[in-house]
Amino acid sequence: MSTKTVEINVGDVGARGADASAQADGQKMALNVGPSHPTTHGVLRLMMDLDGDVITRCEPVLGYLHRGDEKIAENMTYNQFVPYTDRLDYLSPLANNVAYAIAVERVAGIELPERCEAIRVLVCEMARISSHLLGMGVFGMDAGAWTPFMYTFTEREKLYTLFEELTGARFTTSYTRIGGVARDIPEGWLKRVSSFCDNLPKAIDEVEKLLTRNRIFIDRTEGIGEVSQEDAIAFGFTGPNLRASGVDLDLRKDKPYSGYEKYDFDVPIGTRGDCYDRYLVRIEEVRQSLRIIKQVIDNFPSGLWYAEDARKIFAPPKEKILTSMEELIQNFMIVTEGPQIPEGEVYFEAENPKGALGFYVVSKGGGVPYRLKIRAPSFCNLSILEKMVPGHMLSDITVILGSLDFVMGECDR
Amino acid sequence: MNPLSRTCGGNITPRRLFEFMIDQDFTDSLLGKFKNLSKRHHEDCLTLDCDPSDISNLLSHLRDEETFDLMVDLTAIDHNESSETRFSVVMHLYSRIHRDYIRIHSPCKDNDSPTFPSVSDIFPAANRHEREAYDMFGITFENHPNLKRILMWDEYPHYPLRKDFPLAGIETPLPADDVVEVTNASVDPAPMMGGPFVSSTDGTMSDSEPRAKDESWTEEMEKPQ
Repeated sequence: MSTKTVEINVGDVGARGADASAQADGQKMALNVGPSHPTTHGVLRLMMDLDGDVITRCEPVLGYLHRGDEKIAENMTYNQFVPYTDRLDYLSPLANNVAYAIAVERVAGIELPERCEAIRVLVCEMARISSHLLGMGVFGMDAGAWTPFMYTFTEREKLYTLFEELTGARFTTSYTRIGGVARDIPEGWLKRVSSFCDNLPKAIDEVEKLLTRNRIFIDRTEGIGEVSQEDAIAFGFTGPNLRASGVDLDLRKDKPYSGYEKYDFDVPIGTRGDCYDRYLVRIEEVRQSLRIIKQVIDNFPSGLWYAEDARKIFAPPKEKILTSMEELIQNFMIVTEGPQIPEGEVYFEAENPKGALGFYVVSKGGGVPYRLKIRAPSFCNLSILEKMVPGHMLSDITVILGSLDFVMGECDR
Repeated sequence: MNPLSRTCGGNITPRRLFEFMIDQDFTDSLLGKFKNLSKRHHEDCLTLDCDPSDISNLLSHLRDEETFDLMVDLTAIDHNESSETRFSVVMHLYSRIHRDYIRIHSPCKDNDSPTFPSVSDIFPAANRHEREAYDMFGITFENHPNLKRILMWDEYPHYPLRKDFPLAGIETPLPADDVVEVTNASVDPAPMMGGPFVSSTDGTMSDSEPRAKDESWTEEMEKPQ
């Protein structure tokens, strides 16, 4: 078949475009996105002014999911608050449980046995994988690619089965206690985790085949929602969003907790800070999390899963409570009056899937915190919208929100 | 040019680049530079008490000279109505060079209508945290560009994280006037008596099992007085 070349004269496209924009009367339209809209991943409302398709002003409105967690925390014992931490970033409840427990343990000055720390690292990384799998799948969906979501959700489902086996719950795990974890890992569970880890890279590769070099996906995400290093730092970005902007800050490396310094892993850093970089960083973080999990499983320490010497803080095992008077009293005191935490104040941040989740605990002694401030990464990460969004097209909103990977449960607390 | 100075908004004293620890020298030089600054007993990170008049100078210095360029948190504490200064503002800064936090406590002037100078011009991240502190504690941040409620609705009359605010809440008119006109509805305090699960003290054994307390009232079942 021969090809025929036809020359078409289109005139001066640029001049015509300039004419058209000069004719626009510059009227602005106010548009509300949310609070109940699929792209907002929860209940976020954006008040925007549009000039044609271009956004000129964006004001996020928060608080639709505000439950007063900090007030509630001041009115209950430390252990009673653990289930509330599930509901902060409800896509990675295990990581929240761990962050909260470590914060309170720092006030109490408890040293944990190695096995407990290893379990915590393991569940944190599993939570990270589960959160990123959802984040990437939904991000693909926001950019118009449905299929990757199916792959990531299949894998996430397997993870939830593992969580269920470990904690008894799929979603709201409430796994940690002050001074340890609720129970030891079940028999044969590590083997199942490791077989999950062997199969996950295949699924990640599939997702990457569908997205990473996908022309449509790149066109929609590259250069969109760029955040410079300076802005990322000034607006208090943390986590993968901060690293995508090229800032090398990972609290697992820089301020190791729970024994992260023992494991070898890389921290992926972006260069441009656009939506595409944020996606790439998350993909790589999943692979690095797998590396950590493998190392934890290979050197899984034996011993206790709770701090035995924390007598007024961690309730003893059930069989001891039922057979010994001393333990029964101890359990009774912890249940009725709460774990006895000494006076002091501690700020602890953990590198959670969404960013640095901080707990500022002010204790005046006793079983109830005087003040508990939750520093939510999504709350800070969303603060850049006012600055970043103007200048983008309306259709970029879905991609920008998807790439920031926030959770309103944590943002509004 | 040092690649880090670009992100820190100023020049870093070269000496600091090689001293990652926050040691006695660091603290002493800081205390020497600012008169209204004192050190406080701490367990995790360096904790300073600073007078509100000095706070913006201190923060600018920490950001530009000492690489504490990441404001991770700003919040407030209600020290109870009876204490001398009722509200204080607490800030946490992080330095990627020192790899450590600094905590700054600063008291608010005036217990009844507390005020504090806004630091959102130094750290844009503080903008939202200050709005939250205003929302929850009623601390007015002077010169804040957009000081309005962030988590509660704009017309909400109370400050929920103050110690004198009850856990159940206070009866408050709904934000939507047109809805109130038709329904007469308001935001009621949560039913708190006995918690969500209660055991009844009378009846047969099976009745005294703990069960959810039904305190939901509808048009048919009126709210108990």
